[in-house]
Amino acid sequence: MMLPLAASSIHVTLGEVAAALALVAIAAVASRSWQAGLEEDIGIAVVRSFVQLTAIGYVITVIFDEDSFALVLVLIVVMVVFGAFTAWHRAKGVPGAFWPLLVSLAVAAAATLGLVVALGIFDATPRYLVPVGGMVIGNSMTAAAVALNRLGEDVHDQSRRIEATLALGATSSQAVTPLVRRSLRSGMITLIDSTKTTGLIFFPGTMVGMLLAGADPTDAVRLQLILLYVLLGAVSIAALMAIALARRNFFTPAHQLREPPEP
Amino acid sequence: MLFELEKVTYSRAGLTVLHDVTARLPVGANSVVGPSGSGKSTLLRLLNRLADPDAGRVVYEGKDVRELDPLALRREVSLVPQLPALIDGTVHDNVAYAPRLAGRSFDARSCLELAGLDPAFEDRDASKLSVGEQQRDMLARSLALEPRVLLLDEPTSALDRAARDAVESTLRRLRARTAISLVVVTHDIEQARRLAEYVVRIEVGRVTTQGATTEVLDEQEPQSETRGASPAAAAPPRITAEDAT
Repeated sequence: MMLPLAASSIHVTLGEVAAALALVAIAAVASRSWQAGLEEDIGIAVVRSFVQLTAIGYVITVIFDEDSFALVLVLIVVMVVFGAFTAWHRAKGVPGAFWPLLVSLAVAAAATLGLVVALGIFDATPRYLVPVGGMVIGNSMTAAAVALNRLGEDVHDQSRRIEATLALGATSSQAVTPLVRRSLRSGMITLIDSTKTTGLIFFPGTMVGMLLAGADPTDAVRLQLILLYVLLGAVSIAALMAIALARRNFFTPAHQLREPPEP
Repeated sequence: MLFELEKVTYSRAGLTVLHDVTARLPVGANSVVGPSGSGKSTLLRLLNRLADPDAGRVVYEGKDVRELDPLALRREVSLVPQLPALIDGTVHDNVAYAPRLAGRSFDARSCLELAGLDPAFEDRDASKLSVGEQQRDMLARSLALEPRVLLLDEPTSALDRAARDAVESTLRRLRARTAISLVVVTHDIEQARRLAEYVVRIEVGRVTTQGATTEVLDEQEPQSETRGASPAAAAPPRITAEDAT
């Protein structure tokens, strides 16, 4: 099935974008009046989002115009590598976290994109693969980073308990299993909760974007549902794989904790 | 010989914790004695391969421990850590943990009895126990593996005198009833005197002296008023469920 595109598209001027900055000014004033010290971060966020989105807009335009699967593949590989680097910085407590993150994001992207194409949900064209790939990789990155960050903190905090179970003849995998469950939950709970409340408490971005672009609300809802389900699958794959691959890095092959507790 | 450490050096975070340590621990009741930070707990961790030395070797019954399966070694040479580190669940869950992993049968009540904890504690939440009770639950869960050697890291450091005496009595009773060997790490020379037949003294990561307790400690330290408590004969004080309520 290929979903119908919006019957008409809207044109947004730079002036309208600039006008939206008035709302950013409110955030900056609020930060300043409460001495929250966020003005600089808000400024950086505004500039970076403008530059990054404008740049990716041009890249996507070129890819759409070329209609080249190879270019789509290159863009997705770049997003996966960049996503793994970003998540790696958030998971510093996990030894050798980069490769597990890279593999988990790559598998999550490949599996979910491959599946939506194989099931006939989307056509294998840049117009579908690029935006869906971006959403899948972005959400997978966040889930994997949160899961690994939690795992790193828990292993550090509970190193005595882990070593005590190793001392009883548990394998490293058995010793860390209770922590893995919590980490997986941490990585996935945000998306699960937002999926539960979608339509009640907030309207997700894709649906809002389609409605603003003039699409039929039924189509907007159906596309949003597809994306939510795709994201649930992708996030599960990414968090599970990242944890499964990274957890062994805390231990030596002889089931010893690499950073044992203080004596 | 139960254990032999041959020129063992071990470093951690850039600091050398054990320097060229050579020591022997015979079958029976042993103690590794030294002040805090002397490296005695680290030495204990090397005995069941929770860590490996940077240089030298640790030999268990004639074999380098690195040639042995670490899981099998840890089930035979069981370590009871200094601070309570129980898994979530009941006292029974903790006792059952290791034998279930190993696929072995066990008798939780007799393990608790042997560790000096009333079997009536079996269904209690382990996290709600006192430190002394948790210490005994940890001892019971090690005993559930029916180990040949127990490694005990400062088993009474968190306990008051009465609880300490009770644990010591339990260990002496254990020795009297089973063929188990002990390696007790302690900073307390008197405790070593009360519990061990063989002592290794360690300071700043180096072995200063070792030998039979009567030779090593009695030559150097004044005798304690508690010395001479007759170990095996004493009935072990047992923590009962009524005591704890």
